[in-house]
Amino acid sequence: MTQPLLELDRLSISYRTRRGAVPAVVDVSLSLNPGESLGLVGESGCGKSTIAFGIMRWLAGRGQIVGGRVLFEGRDMATMSPAELRHVRGKRIAMVFQEAMSALNPCLTIGAQLTEVLRFHEDVVGPEAERRAKTMLSEVRIPDPDRVYRAFPHEISGGQQQRVVIAMALLANPALLLLDEPTTGLDVTVEASVVKLIAEVSRRFGTSLLYISHNLALISRVCERIAVMYAGEIVEEGPTRRILTAPIHPYTRGLIACLPESGADKVARPLAPIPGQIPAPWERPAGCFFMPRCAYAVPGRCDVAHPPLIDDGTGAQVRCVRADEIGPERVAGVAGQPPAAAEGISVAVDNLSKDYKITPPGLRGLLPFAEPLRIRANDHLTFNAEAGRTLAIVGESGCGKSTFARILTGLERATGGKVEVAGADLGQLSVIDRSRDQLRALQMVFQNPDETLNPSYKVGRQIARVAKRLLSLGRKERAQRVQDLFAEIRLPPGIADRKPRHLSGGQKQRIAIARAFVGRPDIVVADEPVSALDVSVRAAVTQLLMEIQRAHGTTLILISHDLALVRYVADTVVVMYLGQVMEAGSTNQVFSGPHHPYTELLLKAQPKLDNDQGLDAPVEGETPSPLDPPKGCPFHTRCPRKVGTICEAARPPEQVTPAGHRMACHIPMADLARVQEKELT
Amino acid sequence: MTDVAATQKKVTLLSLLRESPILVAGLSILGFWMLVAIFAPLIAPFGPNQNLVPMAPPGSRTPDGRLMLLGADHLGRDVLSRIIYGGRTVLTYAPLATLCAYSVGVTLGLIAGYKGKWVDELLSRFADLVLAFPVIVLYIVIIQKFGASGLNILVAVTLASSPGIMRLVRGVVLDLRTRAYVSAAQMRGESTFYVMFVEILPNARGPLIVDACLRLGYVTITIGTLGFLGLGIPPPTPDWGSMINESRHFAMVFPHMAVFPCLAVSSLVLAFNLIADGLRELSLAD
Repeated sequence: MTQPLLELDRLSISYRTRRGAVPAVVDVSLSLNPGESLGLVGESGCGKSTIAFGIMRWLAGRGQIVGGRVLFEGRDMATMSPAELRHVRGKRIAMVFQEAMSALNPCLTIGAQLTEVLRFHEDVVGPEAERRAKTMLSEVRIPDPDRVYRAFPHEISGGQQQRVVIAMALLANPALLLLDEPTTGLDVTVEASVVKLIAEVSRRFGTSLLYISHNLALISRVCERIAVMYAGEIVEEGPTRRILTAPIHPYTRGLIACLPESGADKVARPLAPIPGQIPAPWERPAGCFFMPRCAYAVPGRCDVAHPPLIDDGTGAQVRCVRADEIGPERVAGVAGQPPAAAEGISVAVDNLSKDYKITPPGLRGLLPFAEPLRIRANDHLTFNAEAGRTLAIVGESGCGKSTFARILTGLERATGGKVEVAGADLGQLSVIDRSRDQLRALQMVFQNPDETLNPSYKVGRQIARVAKRLLSLGRKERAQRVQDLFAEIRLPPGIADRKPRHLSGGQKQRIAIARAFVGRPDIVVADEPVSALDVSVRAAVTQLLMEIQRAHGTTLILISHDLALVRYVADTVVVMYLGQVMEAGSTNQVFSGPHHPYTELLLKAQPKLDNDQGLDAPVEGETPSPLDPPKGCPFHTRCPRKVGTICEAARPPEQVTPAGHRMACHIPMADLARVQEKELT
Repeated sequence: MTDVAATQKKVTLLSLLRESPILVAGLSILGFWMLVAIFAPLIAPFGPNQNLVPMAPPGSRTPDGRLMLLGADHLGRDVLSRIIYGGRTVLTYAPLATLCAYSVGVTLGLIAGYKGKWVDELLSRFADLVLAFPVIVLYIVIIQKFGASGLNILVAVTLASSPGIMRLVRGVVLDLRTRAYVSAAQMRGESTFYVMFVEILPNARGPLIVDACLRLGYVTITIGTLGFLGLGIPPPTPDWGSMINESRHFAMVFPHMAVFPCLAVSSLVLAFNLIADGLRELSLAD
């Protein structure tokens, strides 16, 4: 048997805080063979990033390895001198972090930063270094290595920055690559291509991978083995296939059950959120850490002793005393409900456009009457939202979906066209000009749970303030309303007296939903309401949003890039690209096809659990700059089904089926249906 | 679900000392001067304007045998007593002047940052204009024009400091106004005043509190400078700056007349700076 490349032997890491030592990682043992790839999944706060920093011995001031060893190539990292460590870091172990922009030095060119790696670790300089750097740039699929080599980090896109960071990590040909959420913050399409790249290059260079992510679907694309972490320890570890198809530990089951299955909708298979939240290190129970949230827990067995990690005989390990007893059945979700019947049109968007003026870059911008550049964020949008139902707007970042939300809610004014709500055109009516009833009728749930509530005030007070402004309720009635809403969002009323910083992301987002529904609005706009949350919390918040919407008969406009979520929640879907509507129709029409080539691309990029050949998705290319959008069909630069010069020259006609499925494409829908059908079989 | 709030620690002097000894040091010095100022009549051995022995060196005695610990000045006034009473002057005017400067600076900064566009342009250019003007000249112009008085010191300090405060607030507001909770407030029809002062301002407090402590130090120096230039609180009110000014002709021969007021000014400025550093340290620790 070969010697493992990396071995963690009962590693424990604690952070010193005001509360005393907080154990972040407890007794973690892992081994990684040369060329192997291991995924580390778990919710935020489970200690997965701490492990990566522990391996590199890079724990900032307050972190400390309090037990166990890290063996790299058979040597204990703790015994290495600072000079040896410096050699190992970067040369033998390389790391790719979450934010590529902060990993690159904004003052140096990409070339300078790449060749520095070679100079430092291999003493290679001059033309040889430049040649190798450029070769590596083309290895990571950067289309124009010569230009990028001379560019500064801000001159290339986010996806390219992450590629450059990967190139930099691979330049010294390390034996181990640590990836800590390398694709967070990237668009799905870019994410898919970066993940594909990581899998390819690690195979080609024989690099071992330790891939840290909260996204089980992404990890399953890259890794041969998966270790699931919960509250600082490993609860299940084994080959990817086995973990995904036959998870044993209730937490792993929960993680899988709360992902919307591709192809499933809210009627067929409701999401099964994991109740509760991950316990803080000082709140961990005596027995099994997961017990308070576990559906299979048996008092007297699970809360007695802390369960050990047991080998189950198939090359996998599970930390559960009931591993042999609990059957393969799924956790039952909340029963699904049929889609609400449409009750007329709630929001009618007609030829809506929005231009942003920006000062031209460089010296020209300093001229007093310089012609401002125009960015068309919304380009003649036309669609309707049906009352009491859910309309989803999907697209990559920069497609104008959030701009639309800002116009609808009055935070921006449209440049042209109309948005009609209850007989009034709201397109030109900004918040200050809207009547109180118009404000009440239209509320919003924002994306970032950390920004959505004012950190200075108790959350109950913030909700009561809305009741005062929009409903003119008296003091007593306000308190009652707050209490009712807390019951509705299933939070204990005591939370009302806390400030946002004492709440978890999921709780904050629930409060934000409550705040939007205080005035019993007719329409709620939700801009990526769950994208910043952990997977298990995501399911619960999604469920809650849908329930509240149904209870109030509210029209929900959901803005999201997550197609699985959209398919699960929405009744109708609008697909946007560079400010234009590419496709619109019922959820069923959009997802079962024929698809617009852009929708097809998004669907292929979507990470799926049940996708064996997931890596062949042809998702190269990035959104062009909205400052200089392509002529003709905006999507022609990336379209895999481009038919010819007509795509570059003419704006595609809108095709409409009798059932209401709309699509802007030069290829007739029947033909699209035929080719897409053929590819599937 | 356990109660997070309940696990919060109570702030005690001991825990504060462990977290930030710098802050405790600063607070101690400030506390010392505040006690001295409040109980001045009880502590001071002589009245501030009582004429005893001119130019008496430190440690000498009055004819009736009372000790003049820090000596007396050219008019025979006890230096220690004048420093003790002078603490009252500076600890009244420095916080008052800072408060005035903050009221003006914060309001303008909120307006400039929140309203943006031409309002911001106008206010910012005006602030640049004031900032570009040499501060000392500005003080001299104001006080020469309106005469030396406590009120005019407040006016001068406010005019000179508020543009800097405005810029600081404007910068913080530019960031905070894009927060979702501000949009949420706008969407429930809150007035501009409410959004600026109730939604945004409390969240800008972190950098503002630190800056206010630093600025208290600057203002202390400014009041000293004005006193030194003879533009401060009119005599014979004891004031550390004026004490240094009055003694400068004799400073080569009788350094005690200038050195002790100088030390007093430095220690108070140091206290404010330590407090600012300590607060910054604490805010970074969370």
